[in-house]
Amino acid sequence: MRGLTIEGVSMVYELPDGGSVEALRDISFTLEAGEMLAVLGPSGCGKTTLLNIIAGLLAPTAGRMLLSAPETERGPDGQPAPDHLITAPSPERGMIFQQGALFEWLTVAQNIGFGPKMKGLSQSEIDRQVEGLLETVGLQGFGSKAVYELSGGMQQRVALARCLANDPQLILMDEPLGALDALTREKMQGLVLKLWNETGKTVILITHSVEEALFLGQRLFVMAPRPGRIEKEYRLDFAHQGLTADSRDVKAAPEFTKMREEILSMIWEMEEEIMGRQEAQI
Amino acid sequence: MGRPAEAADMNELLAKLGLVKTGITARKTVTFGDASAIRGSLLWSAVSVISLAVLWAVSAANEWVNPIFWPHPAAVWDQFVTISSEGYRNFTLWEHLGWSLYRILMGFGLGCLIGIPLGFAMGLSNVMRGIFDPLVEFFRPIPPLAFIPLVIIWSGIGERSKILLLFLAAVWIMTLAARAGVSSIRLSKVHAAYTLGASRTQVLRHVILPNALPEIFTGMRVAMGVCWGTVVAAELVAAESGVGFMIMVASTFLSTDIVVMGVVIIGVIGYAIDILMRKLEARLIPWKGKG
Repeated sequence: MRGLTIEGVSMVYELPDGGSVEALRDISFTLEAGEMLAVLGPSGCGKTTLLNIIAGLLAPTAGRMLLSAPETERGPDGQPAPDHLITAPSPERGMIFQQGALFEWLTVAQNIGFGPKMKGLSQSEIDRQVEGLLETVGLQGFGSKAVYELSGGMQQRVALARCLANDPQLILMDEPLGALDALTREKMQGLVLKLWNETGKTVILITHSVEEALFLGQRLFVMAPRPGRIEKEYRLDFAHQGLTADSRDVKAAPEFTKMREEILSMIWEMEEEIMGRQEAQI
Repeated sequence: MGRPAEAADMNELLAKLGLVKTGITARKTVTFGDASAIRGSLLWSAVSVISLAVLWAVSAANEWVNPIFWPHPAAVWDQFVTISSEGYRNFTLWEHLGWSLYRILMGFGLGCLIGIPLGFAMGLSNVMRGIFDPLVEFFRPIPPLAFIPLVIIWSGIGERSKILLLFLAAVWIMTLAARAGVSSIRLSKVHAAYTLGASRTQVLRHVILPNALPEIFTGMRVAMGVCWGTVVAAELVAAESGVGFMIMVASTFLSTDIVVMGVVIIGVIGYAIDILMRKLEARLIPWKGKG
């Protein structure tokens, strides 16, 4: 089943000095519902711009983005509803940020219940949902804590639960584990994988970690800069292996390490090229 | 040596007095320049206050200074007792204080009422920022006391002129504090709220407002301090009641004991207001600085 459709999306930033930067050029792809896409690339390749466009926080200079309607939604004629055109942020597209996006004036439970509260659900209904979500992300008993009392990893668990509370069609993750220490990061990768498998959500994950992208992405885009574009696309099986096998074993397997080296050297070359171009300008 | 519990109590007392270092600080080899190692010392604070008091008493007893310039502590205390019960110039000490505090609360309250929404508007809209920026930037550096002549011309020396003056003292501080609070928000929090389905009104009510509260409260503390200073000064110039009025009248009769008593009270009340605001802040905004 179709999930997300991106058609010819381009983004050109006009600079105050009259020049312009082509952040994205003619990006097109479709994601099936329930797929997890990982996006990698050197800094400045436009991956965060792409994510913000899909979130509806930026309007592209060309192209359009469509998200299929939930299966339960019907048009006026009783037929399945047509795709939703993305023009603005919406609770059907949840977002997870690297850090600092939790509301420190609210408790853990209030943070998780934020979406339902905005929708106007009754407090008892919100409490019921929050209780279940606390369990889903492994934070039972932490509901009444202040978010700043939690460790970085636990804060990102709250962010995941807060996003899931809205039952979004699509989850957009912008470097969600980037601020965590290496060990916590590995643990949280397991949680993201488990949640993706259990909820069947469509996920787009932006990361700087090649290992994380390989381990979590069913599909993987490597993006290149100037102009921002999809340089290479992979279809991967490591996420499925990770659901049953130990994550250390998956990451140590020869096919995994071989692919990691291949992608690393590809990104390395891009970075070298950027550096070279900058030096040439100087 | 006492039992271990007694020793621990003793140690805690000594630590409070600032005579011993505890925890990791005790093992630090470098403390000069380490702000976390400098906590002050209650003992030395007590020594400082008591020495000043003794010096005052001794100098008065020996009449080192003419009491017209610097009164005996007992005279100051007597005036405190007399004016507390019998009053001075139609009002008891508490009524004078009450008048001063009433003016502050009115002026400060009005300043918050106008300043906070104005600061929010300036933090949220280019048009509002454009309209009010020159005004705020122009009025902010003018000391409120410079408005006294104008305010007296407008509304005489009654209550209205003093409240207006205190309003002028508080409003720009509160405007800038609220504006800073709105501007200090992390974009990811706003984006998170919108992607969680919040409307603009909900983002304002549930994200921007609580995020701005710490800055607003800091502004309130500053504004309260400025208002307290301004009310006393305004009463020195034109009033028929208030602590400032009391010491002004006393000075024309060379009643230095009343003047000193008034000055001490002004200091104590100012200090008390700040402590109260800090306690309120800790109680109401526990998340301050934790974002």
